[in-house]
Amino acid sequence: MNGRFLKTWLPLALFAIFLLFPFYWMVLTALRPNAELVSTTANPFWVRHPTLEHIQYLLRGTSFPRWFWNTMGIATGASILSVAASWLAAYGIVRVRFPFAAGAGLAIYLGYLIPPAILFIPLADVLLQLGWFDKPLALVPVYTTFLIPFCTWLLMGFLKTIPREIEEAAMVDGAGRVRIMLGIVLPLSGPGLISAFIFAFTLSWNEYLYALVFMSAPEHKTVPVGLATELVRGDLYQWGPLMAGALLGCIPVVILYFLFVDRYVQGMSGALKG
Amino acid sequence: MAAARSSSSVLRGGSFGPLLVVPAVILLVGLLAYPLGLGVWLGFKDAKIGSPGTFIGIENYQYLLDDPVFRLTVVNTALYTIVTVILKLGLGLGLALVLNQKFAGVRFWRSVLLLPYVVPTVLSAFAWWWIFDPQFSFISWALVRLGLLQRNIDFLGDSWLARMSLMIANIWRGIPFFTVGYLAGLQSISPDVYEAAQIDGSRGWQTFWHISWPLLLPLTVILTTFSAIFTLTDFQLVWTITRGGPANATHLFVTLAYQRAIPGGAMGEGAAIAGFTLPFLGILAFAALRAIRERE
Repeated sequence: MNGRFLKTWLPLALFAIFLLFPFYWMVLTALRPNAELVSTTANPFWVRHPTLEHIQYLLRGTSFPRWFWNTMGIATGASILSVAASWLAAYGIVRVRFPFAAGAGLAIYLGYLIPPAILFIPLADVLLQLGWFDKPLALVPVYTTFLIPFCTWLLMGFLKTIPREIEEAAMVDGAGRVRIMLGIVLPLSGPGLISAFIFAFTLSWNEYLYALVFMSAPEHKTVPVGLATELVRGDLYQWGPLMAGALLGCIPVVILYFLFVDRYVQGMSGALKG
Repeated sequence: MAAARSSSSVLRGGSFGPLLVVPAVILLVGLLAYPLGLGVWLGFKDAKIGSPGTFIGIENYQYLLDDPVFRLTVVNTALYTIVTVILKLGLGLGLALVLNQKFAGVRFWRSVLLLPYVVPTVLSAFAWWWIFDPQFSFISWALVRLGLLQRNIDFLGDSWLARMSLMIANIWRGIPFFTVGYLAGLQSISPDVYEAAQIDGSRGWQTFWHISWPLLLPLTVILTTFSAIFTLTDFQLVWTITRGGPANATHLFVTLAYQRAIPGGAMGEGAAIAGFTLPFLGILAFAALRAIRERE
């Protein structure tokens, strides 16, 4: 019993407190009225008179709904485009042998290791030249640059698990390559496509740097950028709306995560293999 | 008719594979490879926002090496990466070992404790920023209440406290990455191995140290290099919580590159700062690739 406590429950409790406390803090702050937030006597760990005023202000008094739908549209578009391009590429690399297949796989992997952090400056130049600056739709192709490497890598791993015999049998029956690919392998790829989509969507929803640099009009911003640039006013009363925004901004990703938690975990550990 | 025939011959021929890769390649070459090259080139120019600038050789790099803020940034980045990666590894592995046991609710905890990694970094960074607030931090409140402190702690106003605060937030976010990886690794170790060890009289820590840890080593290299790559190029946490302050004490490569290039307008100099990360990224990417190959 004692060993169980030391080996399981105590460390679990410590990790849970550390890892979950900021979420509790977010919810709590979003619900605390300003008077309690700035009070030096009220117990900071609890809310005496919960209020929805911060959430109401966020939804009615700021462009948050706009940022939310911008992010939703960009994340959905970028994810669909990336998953489609990645599935085609992964299928080509894994299943259709061609001379540069191994090289293409390696190049895509290296692309995954090039972080946005070293691309945003030259990309700003590229977008200016294309006339795509401050256009939310431009973020769709831009986001594919970090989504495609990840999704292709993930889908390559997944396609390797589909037995080749299924395709060979269809080929013997005289089915063409395109029919085999779209009629047989595509339906079997369902779970892999779902994993790839969840990751792509989450990664796009989390993206900050590109949206921060490339979008300037308040109504073109995404949730993280809008909150960070329009709601951070440097005064005491920013915290309620800011935490309400953080909370609502987390929700789509958290819902998606809990709906597909097993796929998410499998995809994450699968992406670490080859 | 002729078109149909020619397209079907394309499919049967050797170009089917390359054709499938084309959409991905177009996007990656146009918006990843080309900007990468352009970025390296920009680092050798005195480009400003709105003016393409001229070639100035390694002047940006020379200037940066003499710039005390940049020097401090190098130290910060190294410290931030090394300290947090080690702690993320240790704590992530610890949590994986806890969650690899059988107990009531283990599935629930496995999914819930990954949340810091799932939610958008900037949004959780707001929560940390508020936790480290100089006036209203609950940590100060509790310590003052307990009589351990006279005044509130100015977490983000002091260089070392600010660095420590950022590291805590980074570790918080990164633990689940290691935990997921190690959980998968631990589960792929065959139970027979442990049984054999048990028969040989190996117990608890001994089993971990002599059996699990060596088997997890290739995975450790992969996780460490990936984590190091993303920590080395971190931007979101630092920019949200301190903006590189107080007095430039917490800048990392990317926050400094951003500050100089975008609000500051010095694109060439910013590109040069980002360029300094490339050799490190190259080494880490190579290490990760070798580890992945070995694991296969």
